Amino acid sequence: MKRILLGATAALALGATAVSAGTLDDVKARGELNCIVNSGFVGFASVDKNGKYQGYDIDYCKATAAAVLGDASKIKYKPATGKTRFTILNSKEGDVLWRNTTWTFVRDVDVKLAFQGVNYYDGQGFMVPKKLGVKSAKDLDGASVCIQTGTTTELNLADFFRVNKIKYEPVPTEGNEESRRNILAGRCDVYTTDASGLAATRATFKDPENWVILPEIISKEPLGPVTRHGDDQWSDIIRWTKNALLAAEELGITSKNVDELGAKAGNNPEINRLLGTEGDLGGMLGLDKKWAHRAIKAVGNYGEIFERNIGKNTPVGLERGLNALWTNGGLQYTPPFR
Amino acid sequence: MSDTSTTQRYPIGQIPDMPPPLLESGIFYWVRKNLLSSWTNVALTILAVWFLWLVLPPMYEWMFSNAVFEAADRAGCQALGDGACWAFIQERFTIFIYGFYPEPERWRPILAFGLLFVALGPLLFDGFPYRGKAMLFSMAYPFVAAWLLLGGGGLTQVTTDQFGGMLLNVIVGVTGITFSLPIGIVLALGRASNMPAVRIICVTFIEFIRGVPLITLLFVASTMLSYFLPPGTSFDLLMRVLIMVTLFSSGYMAEVIRGGLQAIPRGQYEAADSMGLKYWQSMRLIVLPQALKISIPGIVNTFIGLFKDTTLVIIIGLLDILGMGRASLADSKWAGLSSEVYISIAVFFFLFCFAMSRYSLYLEGKLETGHKN
Amino acid sequence: MASVNTVAQSDSGQRNFIARLWYDKEARGVILQVLTVSILFAFIAYITSNVIANLALVGKTFSFDFLAEPAHYDINQSLIEYSSKSTHLRAGLVGMLNTLAVAVVGIIVATVLGFVLGVLRLSPNWLISKMVYCYVEFVRNTPVLLQILLVHGIVVHSLPSPRGAQDGGNLAETIFFTNRGVFAPQPLPQDGFGFVIGAFVLAIVGCFIFKRWAKKRQDETGKYLPVFLISLGAIIGLPLLVYLLMGAPLDWNHPELKGFNFKGGFVVRPEFLALTLALSIYTAAFIAEIVRAGIEAINKGQWEASLAVGMSRSRTLSEVIIPQAMRVIVPPLTSQYLNLTKNSSLAIAIGYMDIVATIGGITLMQTGKEMETMIIVIGFYLSVSLTISMFMNWYNKRIKLVER
Repeated sequence: MKRILLGATAALALGATAVSAGTLDDVKARGELNCIVNSGFVGFASVDKNGKYQGYDIDYCKATAAAVLGDASKIKYKPATGKTRFTILNSKEGDVLWRNTTWTFVRDVDVKLAFQGVNYYDGQGFMVPKKLGVKSAKDLDGASVCIQTGTTTELNLADFFRVNKIKYEPVPTEGNEESRRNILAGRCDVYTTDASGLAATRATFKDPENWVILPEIISKEPLGPVTRHGDDQWSDIIRWTKNALLAAEELGITSKNVDELGAKAGNNPEINRLLGTEGDLGGMLGLDKKWAHRAIKAVGNYGEIFERNIGKNTPVGLERGLNALWTNGGLQYTPPFR
Repeated sequence: MSDTSTTQRYPIGQIPDMPPPLLESGIFYWVRKNLLSSWTNVALTILAVWFLWLVLPPMYEWMFSNAVFEAADRAGCQALGDGACWAFIQERFTIFIYGFYPEPERWRPILAFGLLFVALGPLLFDGFPYRGKAMLFSMAYPFVAAWLLLGGGGLTQVTTDQFGGMLLNVIVGVTGITFSLPIGIVLALGRASNMPAVRIICVTFIEFIRGVPLITLLFVASTMLSYFLPPGTSFDLLMRVLIMVTLFSSGYMAEVIRGGLQAIPRGQYEAADSMGLKYWQSMRLIVLPQALKISIPGIVNTFIGLFKDTTLVIIIGLLDILGMGRASLADSKWAGLSSEVYISIAVFFFLFCFAMSRYSLYLEGKLETGHKN
Repeated sequence: MASVNTVAQSDSGQRNFIARLWYDKEARGVILQVLTVSILFAFIAYITSNVIANLALVGKTFSFDFLAEPAHYDINQSLIEYSSKSTHLRAGLVGMLNTLAVAVVGIIVATVLGFVLGVLRLSPNWLISKMVYCYVEFVRNTPVLLQILLVHGIVVHSLPSPRGAQDGGNLAETIFFTNRGVFAPQPLPQDGFGFVIGAFVLAIVGCFIFKRWAKKRQDETGKYLPVFLISLGAIIGLPLLVYLLMGAPLDWNHPELKGFNFKGGFVVRPEFLALTLALSIYTAAFIAEIVRAGIEAINKGQWEASLAVGMSRSRTLSEVIIPQAMRVIVPPLTSQYLNLTKNSSLAIAIGYMDIVATIGGITLMQTGKEMETMIIVIGFYLSVSLTISMFMNWYNKRIKLVER
């Protein structure tokens, strides 16, 4: 019987693969990027009616696939919960994690993950119904607080209330949708998560004008892509793809004018280096010269991604805030392409 | 007494059949007997009617009369009525069923599903035409289905991460039950074996599986199984889930088949031994055919249980029908319609499982008479 | 042919020995078992070596030291003292107790509900019988996870907010039903309360003795005493009497609305309510079917005999039919109890902090110790399952038909 089972297993296990050392080689050989994403988070990763993923994090997956494989559609999405995301990455089922993940010391050092910079500066905030009349998070003594479990938010929350010596009741749930149900049903007085998540959640309410986001931001939540420890080449690719999209905004390259600017070398040497009309930055990464060109062409620059998915004109309606370019008073800043 | 004069008299033996008194027949009799036979019964009836009156009208209003069947988004729904917003389910219906399965290829899962019944036919019905040959197809079916679903060899490849929705529930359920049957048989025979080491191993395995919840095994599949394999190998997540689900249901299957084995009279074993049959011969020719036949209703019930449990894969991030529903709820156009999603999924499962449980009951009835003859 | 024979003869001695061993039933059994066990051990050794290699590869170690470290997260319902400064071990204990609480309460409610429904299903009242039928079929044929999600939604939506409970949803201003939980006064035992507990124990022991005596009396004289009512009266009355005599040695910590929530008192969270309710509803449907089948399995003659000696329908059911039906009911009932306990692991879907959510959830997430935490969780469920099985086996043996 065992033999029969093994045979059947082998027949079915077309997806089973032996993984060699370099992720880049694996991805190229496979012809597909395994991208770990959130299984449902308004504005960042959600499924449309055709069963296609869309959102801020999804665009980064597409940019990576475009840079590495030359085709933004060659992606296998690996939906993950807060709890399963790191194991999916560590078991090599996914190549890169683009799932609003906070960069922390323990995750970086002890959980053996490699964070590749920050594509969204976030911080944990609170949202309450206007009618409660709460002005500050310090007024929340005795409140019931909705949180998502398996994230850094519940640790920040415990710390915040402990430091301020006030009591609260945590109401944990697995995902954003359950928290949303809870706060609307009045199961809790206040909802806490990353400020971007608060805005995204408020966007789905019937009466967004009756909810306020409190001024306190109680934590730093730098969200960014994650790879496995020990594959430096692949880590470089992820980090610099993210940087390339940011550099594109700094340099005024958009999905519309990238073909024109990248056709031949122009006056700005940094644009030329980025788009591969001068030098061979792509070759140093193990890619070709046009890697950044394709990424920008596929999803646009950082500003375009932001505005399309979570910006002011979307239901999520986020301001650039900390995520404005450093030249506009924000924190988004890329090391130079040279 | 005074009107005896009007009473017609009949000669003895020629009295025509009189209709029964009004309260002893027809609807009145039925109501009296079934609803009002005693004081407690009257009270229970009143209670039941009151309860139904409380529950049914608002439910009907929400589900049908005030429901919205066509709208572009949730706001559109709310503008049209304050009942359920079925427009959402209608828009997402196909991805609830097929998940991410590529649109032009969707005939393949349908065909595989249809062939499932062809393959089950000869196993379940004695009078199936050309049963012997059809049985060969049943044996080959798992591989045919795998080929149809995954592609390759002439068909476009479809990867397992594109499986989703109800399709995924059916795949996990059917695979689990199919492969757990042989393992379950081995375990049940092992448990009944007179070799202590074999028996202890089988009992330990069965009790272990039955002692832990499926979701912990799924967690093991998603987090730990890759540690068990040689470094550098990795398995598809769906594959690991299928392995775990198969092991899980084989524990239950073993118990069902053990029940079947115990129901076989001792004389059958002894007769087989006295014929000089070896262990496997007597099992294959005498004991198992009878034991399996008795076990079919139990196997169907195990399948119903397993099929319902396939929704748990959502907890490790696979997008089955419940997962697709929740992923769709994250769409800002529709967010907030979870009741509609959950109720539709409940109806889906009810239709599948109720049909199967009826079938299992029918079989039980059929087998019972078969046994007495 | 000839050549084959010669070959066969040349090593016939050796072959005969193996063949003899193989055809000897006992020897073959030993060989097969040794083989099975060594394959099993080889398999375990293989897995262990893989685990060690894999752990070394990611640079992780296998140790339970993390249990002694502070957990840093809060839990909203705990049967023991717990704060975010407590250790992971304590968080795990809180989770285990929460799982057990759901299992125990769920089993009791499901059993009561299941028996009532099972009897109602056989009621001569057509409407009731059909309603129970619809309930049983709908509940049995939909996934329990969905039911938990739906019940949680209903519980949270239908209960009033704490302010609303102050005005409406309460029982005599002492128990408050809110969507933050059910708040009830918490008893604080004072000096002398020990006597009340003593009286309670005494009453229970007394009732056992009384029951034996009443049975003996009935056997001898045929006179029947309403044992149940008398026992109930004694168990409630005696402690109450002692309580009043001691001058009511019990203080109550009443819940009060302060700010956002009620403070003080004893609280049952809606997640616990929803999970227990959903699991009870689900399991009760199965128990109802088991009870129905059990009652139907009893020979009709038993009914007729007891009705003929003048027993009422309800007394027939409780004293003749159900005691006999129990022998059919108990084994499948055991597996329903096990299922309920295992299904409580779905607590995670609605945020009830059971063992899967604490040790197997947040702790796993924070420490990255998949192997260790999963071993704890699985070990816990195994021991609970074994305990339930053992208890029910003991009970089954006790009620078994004593053949004379």
